[in-house]
Amino acid sequence: MSRLGTITRRTLLVGAVAVVGGAAFGIYQVRKPVENPLAPDQGATLNPYVIIDQSGITIIAPRAEMGQGVHTTLAALVAEELDVDFAGIRVEHGPPSAAYYNGALMHGALPVADYAMKAWQHTVVGGLAAVSKLLGLQVTGGSTSTVDAYEKMRYAGAGAREALKAVAADRLGVDRSALRTEDGFVIAPDDTRIAYADLAEDAAARPVPDVDLRPQSDWKLLGRALPRSDMRAKITGQAQYATDIQLPGMKFATVRICPHLGGGMAGFDPAPALAMPGVEQVFDMGNGVAVVARNTWAAMEGAKAVDVTWTDSPLPADMDGMFAAIEAAFDAEPNSTLRDDGDVSALPDGAISAEYRVPFLAHSTMEPQGATAWLQDGHLTIWAGNQAPRLCVQKAAETSGLNEDAITLHTTFMGGGFGRRAETDAVAQVARIAAAMPGTPIRLTWSREEDMRHDFYRPAAMARMQGAVTGGRISHFNAAIAAPSVTHAAMTRIMGRAPGGSDKGHVEGAFDQPYAIPNYRVAGHLAELDVPIGFWRSVGASFNGFFHESFIDELAHAAGADPLAFRLAHVAPESAVAAGVLTRVREMSGWDTALPEGRARGVAMTWSFGTPTAVVIELARDGDRIRMDRAFMACDPGLALDPGIIRAQMESGLIYGLSAAVLGEITFTDGRADQANFPDYDALRMVNVPRIEVAILQDNPHMGGVGEPGTPPSMPALANALFALTGTRARSLPLRTMADFGVS
Amino acid sequence: MSITLTVNETDYQTDAAPDTPLLWVLRDELGLTGTKFGCGIAACGACTVHVDGQAVRSCQVRLGDLWGPVTTIEGLGGQTPLQAAWERHQVAQCGYCQSGQIMQAADLLSNNPAPTDEDIDAAMGGNLCRCGTYTAIRAAIHDAAKMGGAQ
Ligand code: FES
Ligand code: FES
Repeated sequence: MSRLGTITRRTLLVGAVAVVGGAAFGIYQVRKPVENPLAPDQGATLNPYVIIDQSGITIIAPRAEMGQGVHTTLAALVAEELDVDFAGIRVEHGPPSAAYYNGALMHGALPVADYAMKAWQHTVVGGLAAVSKLLGLQVTGGSTSTVDAYEKMRYAGAGAREALKAVAADRLGVDRSALRTEDGFVIAPDDTRIAYADLAEDAAARPVPDVDLRPQSDWKLLGRALPRSDMRAKITGQAQYATDIQLPGMKFATVRICPHLGGGMAGFDPAPALAMPGVEQVFDMGNGVAVVARNTWAAMEGAKAVDVTWTDSPLPADMDGMFAAIEAAFDAEPNSTLRDDGDVSALPDGAISAEYRVPFLAHSTMEPQGATAWLQDGHLTIWAGNQAPRLCVQKAAETSGLNEDAITLHTTFMGGGFGRRAETDAVAQVARIAAAMPGTPIRLTWSREEDMRHDFYRPAAMARMQGAVTGGRISHFNAAIAAPSVTHAAMTRIMGRAPGGSDKGHVEGAFDQPYAIPNYRVAGHLAELDVPIGFWRSVGASFNGFFHESFIDELAHAAGADPLAFRLAHVAPESAVAAGVLTRVREMSGWDTALPEGRARGVAMTWSFGTPTAVVIELARDGDRIRMDRAFMACDPGLALDPGIIRAQMESGLIYGLSAAVLGEITFTDGRADQANFPDYDALRMVNVPRIEVAILQDNPHMGGVGEPGTPPSMPALANALFALTGTRARSLPLRTMADFGVS
Repeated sequence: MSITLTVNETDYQTDAAPDTPLLWVLRDELGLTGTKFGCGIAACGACTVHVDGQAVRSCQVRLGDLWGPVTTIEGLGGQTPLQAAWERHQVAQCGYCQSGQIMQAADLLSNNPAPTDEDIDAAMGGNLCRCGTYTAIRAAIHDAAKMGGAQ
């Protein structure tokens, strides 16, 4: 049973108080590089991250475990200071609380390229953490979790350790400095050992001594590949996802919402569903129906049987109409020109231009959307895999008609997130159904078809690129990017309105790349198109990386230059860190060694989420097919807290990107997605995936993310390799229409 | 009408409709949620269990058609060489596909104690992993084969 199950939300908010035979600690000092009048610091030292009781140590992770290993790394930050047996630690998701704000979420807020940020700008960004704190943004996203936690969680461990030692010092009548700690014990000079659990309650009741963090040279856990805290549960079928929760008398639900996006429901007849065995209730959800049954299958069969009359979608009827809406944005003034160096208005002779486009994409998390909820005596308890717990509570309150106080949310493991679980739609639905059936626990599971047809998609996007090479170097690079704005769509859902100003997310991965080009412009045009869109692993960089790095390749070709050496010549003057990852993939891939006939390599490098990542893909002809034989990745996230997890995230990001590049495409007819299940929207299988080598560099002075940066360069690296092999330039994705990669 | 089935060496009775897929009998009627739902149409492998010792997609097996005892991830026990290898290679990310991957790999090793890369790719082709853990899965299967296979 969850340790948190026994702790009320209120207790945690109050902070370091005893909890049923144990104590919760949460002690850290907020780093305050800039005095910000918006950020009074009081109360911040009482955020609970550590619970110690007789059954052991529980670390409360403020971020969502979606598979990225964040629980392990966050726990290691605490454990490094706390001196406990790492293998014995439990890790749980934190409850919804402003105390768990994500201070690094604002790292992307300045309209500056990350690589070019000066020290003072990093300081200002540090100050922006206060904004996140003030808003209580408890959000997992933007590859920010470890950056945010790096100091906070270590202070939590160090503070708890010193508080425990202080209690032991009093009891033993010795000085605190004479004590040491090891494996969950305070140890006196005479080798008397006192278990943390025996000190915890007293320690929680007293002020926390001032603490200094241990120097990196003393670290025993950080910097090493640790066994993941969630591994055992996940390989024995014991890990609980939101759609695994079991409660007494539970009923099973699914939904069927109008597939014509933006359309609604004119009416429905539940009778055919209610006549089916196992079906118990059909609810009107406004723009669709929910069916409740004795098991999920009966609910899904029932949902298909409901006779519904849908109303039309306001969206363009076909993809030509959609791309026309995107293309129209080029004619309007740009929303942003975050890169505007020199003058690109007059291009020299020999300039080249190209137009690129990429499709809508689904997240296609392995676990379809779902959640569990139970209304008992006016209190609603929800179990959901989610990236934004406080938002979930807000939305559940709206649809259930309850006050937020009357809602408890437990965050479960999630079967993939990739940005999809930043949305609250399934939680809002289950709250509504559970509120209509007081006393009955409801487990909602979407069908795969519902999941694919009701995503918040990665937007389709277009780019018009112009460029010129003068004397072997890029003299002009002019990019115009058009797509609907993810920032606007998401903020409208969350706050009810879109923010003004330059939309940095729209052009990230293009405007912020470390190339020394004298005349260099990137303009972002926001398209008006109301397809539901959202954060898809690496967000804007997922398309801008492709546009930018494909066109750099075109310019290299125009210059008659080697694409890797050409990049390096432009990158080295701008960023030694970025040059480092390019140099490393050059070595790893044997780039300067000629390949036999029928093989070719392509390279790309994107700096995103604070981490420059270079990828080389080596292709091999295999009869009529093309095989992705090998992939080489080099990333520089700065200090590498867990190289095992970083490597896994890099591979994962690469495969996610290659899957999209080869196979991914969502199209709409009359506002309804034409793809519904894996046969229509598949991903790479084991046999298609290249052998992957990953190198982790640590020369970056600022810590970057690792969950997303592997995705953007994967797609152009593949397209550039395809060009090297076939001579055909891919200016649109997916590539399966251009070449046979052996995928079905 | 009540149907009896054997899962992980335990007999269960259920009055679920005979056309209910085994997947949902396991998950919703018997509370064995280690077996996962991904697609419902035999396209992802998340629901893989063993029936009579053979890997099957439980979303495609109707309760009334069941022809033998069922083993799920819970029934594997956690101490098999295969799971030990999974742990050594730190395979799981989100973990949602892993029950199916392990049950499929167990079936492979019981038929082929020393599979090649090609054998593994062929046997595991129906098991999707959106987190991209394929490299680690392949390595773990080879490792488990060396350590004594599925059992
Ligand atoms: S759920 Fe059975 S194969 Fe996907
Ligand atoms: S581990 Fe997440 S889908 Fe395989």
